[in-house]
Amino acid sequence: MFFASVKLTVYTLVLLALTSIIGTVVLQNGSPRAYVNLYGQGMYNLIQVLKLDNMYQAWWYLLLMLVLCINIVVCSIDRLSKTWKIIFPDKIKVNPKRFNGLKNKQEFESDQDLSQLLPSYQKVLSRQMGAVIEHKTEQGLVLYGEKGRWSRLGVYVVHASVLLLLAGALFGALFGFKASLRLDEGKSADTVLDSSTRMPIKLPFAIRCNEFEVKFYDTGAPDEFRSNLTIIEDGKQSFTKDIRVNYPLRYKGINIFQSSYGTALPNEAEFEIKDNLTQESVVHTVKKGQSVALPQDLGTFTFEGFLPHFDFRGHNLGEAFVGRVAPKDKQSVQIVMPTKFPTFDKMRKGQFSVTVKDFHQAYYTGLQVTKDPGVWYVYSGFILMIIGCWITFFLSHQSVCIGLEKRDTGRVRVWVAGKANRNTHAMTLKIKKFATQLKEI
Amino acid sequence: MNSSLLLSAATFIYALASVFYIGSFSFKKKVLAKLGVWVIVIGLVANTGGILLRWVESYQMGYGHAPFSNMYESLVFFSWTVAALYIFVEFKYRESIIGVFVSPLIFLAIAYASFDPSISSKISPLIPALKSNWLIAHVITCFLGYAGFALAFGFSFMYFIKPKDPDGVSIFARLPDWEIIDEMTYQMIVFGFLFLTIGIITGAVWANSAWGKYWSWDPKETWSLITWFVYAIFLHLRLMRGWQGRNLALVSIIGFVAVLFTYFGVNYLLSGLHSYG
Repeated sequence: MFFASVKLTVYTLVLLALTSIIGTVVLQNGSPRAYVNLYGQGMYNLIQVLKLDNMYQAWWYLLLMLVLCINIVVCSIDRLSKTWKIIFPDKIKVNPKRFNGLKNKQEFESDQDLSQLLPSYQKVLSRQMGAVIEHKTEQGLVLYGEKGRWSRLGVYVVHASVLLLLAGALFGALFGFKASLRLDEGKSADTVLDSSTRMPIKLPFAIRCNEFEVKFYDTGAPDEFRSNLTIIEDGKQSFTKDIRVNYPLRYKGINIFQSSYGTALPNEAEFEIKDNLTQESVVHTVKKGQSVALPQDLGTFTFEGFLPHFDFRGHNLGEAFVGRVAPKDKQSVQIVMPTKFPTFDKMRKGQFSVTVKDFHQAYYTGLQVTKDPGVWYVYSGFILMIIGCWITFFLSHQSVCIGLEKRDTGRVRVWVAGKANRNTHAMTLKIKKFATQLKEI
Repeated sequence: MNSSLLLSAATFIYALASVFYIGSFSFKKKVLAKLGVWVIVIGLVANTGGILLRWVESYQMGYGHAPFSNMYESLVFFSWTVAALYIFVEFKYRESIIGVFVSPLIFLAIAYASFDPSISSKISPLIPALKSNWLIAHVITCFLGYAGFALAFGFSFMYFIKPKDPDGVSIFARLPDWEIIDEMTYQMIVFGFLFLTIGIITGAVWANSAWGKYWSWDPKETWSLITWFVYAIFLHLRLMRGWQGRNLALVSIIGFVAVLFTYFGVNYLLSGLHSYG
């Protein structure tokens, strides 16, 4: 049958390996423009037809995975029905002929009497292989011991684990989501944006970012960033928790991860306004959009906004506040106050110059919000896979047979041979060691 | 004494071991190979000391992290795992000739770390995502996997240079029996496969705790899966289809090419979450 063949397994794995390369070379989930720029219109059409821009979710890639799954199921059922009888036999049959012709057979002769040898041989064998079966033959008798029959199940455990983790992945993809949320300090939100579809997803609770904090190394690289979050349910504060990278908040099946951050536009700053004629100055804390009086009530100053990058004659002067000075009876003028150059506004040579004395650097926190109901199936799959691989590769079904035959000379001919369903090399070594042990008795 | 001095010493000791092994092979002097393995043991001691010292130094600098965070540190650890696994194999199988193929590999990895000017040996602070105990578990298991595959590659290589005529005059005629080569290739791949599997799994669990997604088709992830597929193919061909010899050795070599691309190619040619190390 087609689906029961190992050939199919190998071909499917080869195809999966080869096609997986494509997605690491071709840009994934880019914008149409990015594709046209990179590969040209013709190639872009081809990419779209084959869904190479999101190829790990493309129908043909999922189909390959499905074929692999069906193959695993059919193969396993097909073989397990045969293996089952080996693993759980009605009665263990001893067939010395199957051992007599083995390559690893060791032979020697002993001067001792059969009745003397038997108990000590039994002891040695049972120490290695567990229960010993004694079996009479035409020439004498054989001792038989075996262990690890059940280890033949290991490979089915591995295959089951693959199915379990693919099922978990499918379950998570169908009923979970991965979304992002950008939250300014002090703000709260209960809706997140799906990372791939950009569609809003409403959460069963709201998240408020009370504070965001970032620490830097002396090299300037970020050391740690953390957000202090409060979960609000039905309008009531439920609890507050700090999250950091690698230390997420998990609540009601939803996970909130610290993923990025950035500077938010400041809403409030402390300005010093100086009258250059009288040298009189006043300091005001002004909210965005608010106006305050100039010294001696000669007009107003308005805090209009904030620029993350201020371009001045082709030079980027960095972040800057924007305001408007409106002296009484005179034309109002817009002024820019770069935070890095406090004296910038003085160069305008107006009657009033304004400098930014202080402002709170506000941040926004970049959160990743995910839900994955399949993750525990996937994790169970992981554990099963490790256990299954261990059993399959390092344990085997081993059986050892010792033959004792009386010779006409009165001596006893002894032979030892062993079988293993895996790692026959180790079995050969084991038999060699075993034979030396028996010779010494 | 500081870590870079000790690691340079390890580099030269491994170089000496390669000279011994290759010399033993060329001049048919068994005693040189016997010496070679002890030189590798000394190299491993220096290598271990260097790694531990670097660990301590990072704490002294106030960064405090396991030395597995960039290309330099990973290459140094790669040499360590291959050397350790090789010593184990040599003492288990008593076939010193294998060292001819493995010792240069150990030397090249650590030498590449020190001599490539684009690889910085500076101890630098960890980015927040790397600050996790999963880092240690993930790196150690992945590199044990890589080491298994590297040794398997060394054995598979023998298949192609061992002459068919066992009594020939070629020096390669003294390579181990086909059966032993085959068995050791298989054993090393089984070892590598188990550890690569655990390495991918620890990486997935870590990603889930750092970004909320255990799998995101990042190039490094995808390439490690491709490598896993290749060795899964190897195991099915051997265990189910009874392949042996040259054809199977070829699959093992393709697997090691995938390992090398996962390790180096992805970092230099493709971008992604692992671009730092």
